[in-house]
Amino acid sequence: MPKQPVPPRLSLRGITKQYPGCIANDDVHLSIAPAEIHALLGENGAGKSTLMKVIYGLVKPDRGELLWDGLPLEVKDPAHARKMGIGMVFQHFSLFDTLTVTENIALALGDDAGELGPLAEKIRTVSEKYGMAINPEREIHTLSVGERQRVEIVRCLVQDIRLLILDEPTSVLTPQEVEVLFVTLRQLASEGCSILFISHKLNEVKALCHKATVLRGGRVSGACIPSEQDTTSMAKMMVGDDTPVSTTYPKVLGDKPVLEITQLDQPSHDPFGVHLKNLDLTVNAGEIVGIAGVAGNGQEELLASLSGEALSKAGTVFFNTSSAGKTDVALLPPDQRRALGLGFVPEERLGRGAVPEMSLTENALLTGFLTGLVKQGMVGWQKTEAFADKIIKDYKVKTAGRHAQADSLSGGNLQKFIIGREILQDPKILIAAHPTWGVDIGAATAIHKALITLRDQGAAILVVSEDIDELFLISDRIGAICDGELSPIKPTPQSSIEELGRMMAGDFSPQVQPATEGTHA
Amino acid sequence: MIKLEPRGERSKRMAYLSPVLAAVLTMLTGVILFTLLGVDPWEALVTILYVPISDTYGIAELCVKATPILLCAIGLSVVFKAQIWNIGAEGQLLIGGLFGSYMALQLIDVESAWVLPTVLVFGALGGLVWAGIAALLKVQFNTNEILTTIMMNYIALNILLWAVHGPLKDPDGYNFPESAMFSDSSLLPLLIEDTRIHFGLALALLAVVAIWVLMSRSFYGFQIKVMGLDASAARLSGFKEKRLAYFALMLSGALAGLAGVSEVTGPIGQLIPNISPGYGYAAIIVAFLGRLHPVGILLASLLMALLYMGGEMAQISLGLPLALTGLFQGMLLFYLLACDVLISFRVRWISRQPTTAPIQPTTNTQG
Repeated sequence: MPKQPVPPRLSLRGITKQYPGCIANDDVHLSIAPAEIHALLGENGAGKSTLMKVIYGLVKPDRGELLWDGLPLEVKDPAHARKMGIGMVFQHFSLFDTLTVTENIALALGDDAGELGPLAEKIRTVSEKYGMAINPEREIHTLSVGERQRVEIVRCLVQDIRLLILDEPTSVLTPQEVEVLFVTLRQLASEGCSILFISHKLNEVKALCHKATVLRGGRVSGACIPSEQDTTSMAKMMVGDDTPVSTTYPKVLGDKPVLEITQLDQPSHDPFGVHLKNLDLTVNAGEIVGIAGVAGNGQEELLASLSGEALSKAGTVFFNTSSAGKTDVALLPPDQRRALGLGFVPEERLGRGAVPEMSLTENALLTGFLTGLVKQGMVGWQKTEAFADKIIKDYKVKTAGRHAQADSLSGGNLQKFIIGREILQDPKILIAAHPTWGVDIGAATAIHKALITLRDQGAAILVVSEDIDELFLISDRIGAICDGELSPIKPTPQSSIEELGRMMAGDFSPQVQPATEGTHA
Repeated sequence: MIKLEPRGERSKRMAYLSPVLAAVLTMLTGVILFTLLGVDPWEALVTILYVPISDTYGIAELCVKATPILLCAIGLSVVFKAQIWNIGAEGQLLIGGLFGSYMALQLIDVESAWVLPTVLVFGALGGLVWAGIAALLKVQFNTNEILTTIMMNYIALNILLWAVHGPLKDPDGYNFPESAMFSDSSLLPLLIEDTRIHFGLALALLAVVAIWVLMSRSFYGFQIKVMGLDASAARLSGFKEKRLAYFALMLSGALAGLAGVSEVTGPIGQLIPNISPGYGYAAIIVAFLGRLHPVGILLASLLMALLYMGGEMAQISLGLPLALTGLFQGMLLFYLLACDVLISFRVRWISRQPTTAPIQPTTNTQG
């Protein structure tokens, strides 16, 4: 008589899903035991999203089966998944800004919600039990991003939850908030709930997860016990052997101010926007300044007032790029700022950085028009094509050619194209928003190298990012933005992840830290 | 339930084939229609599509009819590229005709080579001003240009009717609602003797070339296209949205106005109440049928002109109602839009409610 062990909570066998032109999942096997925290690791485009959509019933696999407590299960749709006890927290929340926490959760639960009163009570008790207190009466727009994530998690917890899937949950949190989340997840797991934790941040996986499955190019490239691995070996499983996974860059400090913001105080036009409060910032020639921050804390507003999409009060933004000296650019439109040597890489690469339906040639013209591509109002298409070819060649953009539409490129390749387009215009100031967001490690490394090279040529570079590791890697000075206020900017070697995390949460006070000499509070 | 799912790749070839497909489907539907009406469908198609252009006179008339449609449509291709939906070419055409007529009547006793250019410029200016009002409302007050331009079509028509029944009526015209015949110096010269093909056709062809240069060679045209495709990219690059919107709308208005004044100073020769059988509306269909491309629009305007002539021919020789023209125009647009949708999307039938439906109470209550 064979002994019957406890069947895994969830077991995937040979899941295969093919989209036109790519295999998103190729014969993926994975199993999660009850009370296990299981990491699903992989780069962007490795097939993590597709796999979790399969589990949540959003995508039907072409082949393969799914076992739930040892029995075959076909998840028909998300409602069915929820009924089986599968909960999912997406990277992008689906909450209504003007409704309360309770109303949002009631909407998500449908008929199960019952009366709002008891539901609110349940939300209160559940959220307190798991150490992530939220007030059920608050309206969503008054909550921080971290609190909104709690709402999404609590939404799953008020039902009987047996498998919780979290998609890149830490990307929107400060390091301190990440710790709190991990406590909650460990408690949840100790009660028997299985957790599928999707991430590409190896340190977090090592700290939290019992087991890990690594995807690369849609296939399982390895499985391991994270606590027994070092991050390099896991990174190798994610990206393959041929990509260098870690590098460091020497830190430098400039002394000639090129971009200056003084007392920038700017209310937002958007009712849910952030009011910029008395920002002061200087970026010197030959250095990279990194600004960390949780999304929605004024980054967009700051970037818009630097690009020229939003105009500011005279005397608040200066470019010191020409031999003529400082120019007040606060009231200049984007094209005139570009003429003064500004390069700009926006957060949205499709639909702002590049026009999706236009060819790479046309997209090269989009911001390159000031570099002699236009003569007497007429476009020099041959020159523009040569410029596009140069970008593609110099920045190793993988594409069918300059005629390819921008939206036919992968995120990483398009980003390389956009960065290349800006850098090849020889900017004196380069502003990059989330330059490697959603980009594979190979492309990210190429982009970082390009930024460092540009820095060493003497450009002043400002990088706004949510990725703290990236900021520590490339920034020479570093700071954080929170609720429209900017922290003091410190030389990177004198800062620490803990301190930056505090600043991201709005605590700018100089801390009793070993290295305090660089603080200018 | 019907659900539309995007197809992966959009095919350029299919995008150009779509108008052809739409034309074929329109003809096929026409065949069914004629059969139901008890008319020999072959004879009907021949009457509509071939008889009107079976001789040189017919071909000349085709060019005369195509001229105002082409002028309107080529202007519309610019605004439509900017994703501004000017439905008011008809009104702009009428005001152009009115302004031009006013100037022609003012200069009726003047004999100078300057009279005709003045009249033409004044007509174009009329269309420009008329579209400019819609542009002002859109840019300054964020009104929807679809609504304002449609409404202004009716205002334009009534102003024209007022003028032709009132101040511009020929005092010696036995009280007919018509202006005096224009003097020779304000009439468009004929391009080809013994036909009615007038100088307006040359203007229209010139406009086609000019718009082609504007949209494919000039940086201003590029900015218009970027604004239409991706407004936030245009903003980030510092393109002046308001100025581009004014420019695009007023350019299309001026060309529609030119179409109007070319009609009154060309084939008509005076101001009458009905200077256009809906050329401005037909031009919308032509612009889309021609894929907003100058060459496509040139071909589509000829097809549209043929439908106008064919409709009349069918009425005369087959006793079919003139509404046939409108019906065929409508079917063309309908099939074009349907083909475009089906090229980009595939249809799926879904038996159940989609996934957002509230879930049933759970029976699974273990902790």
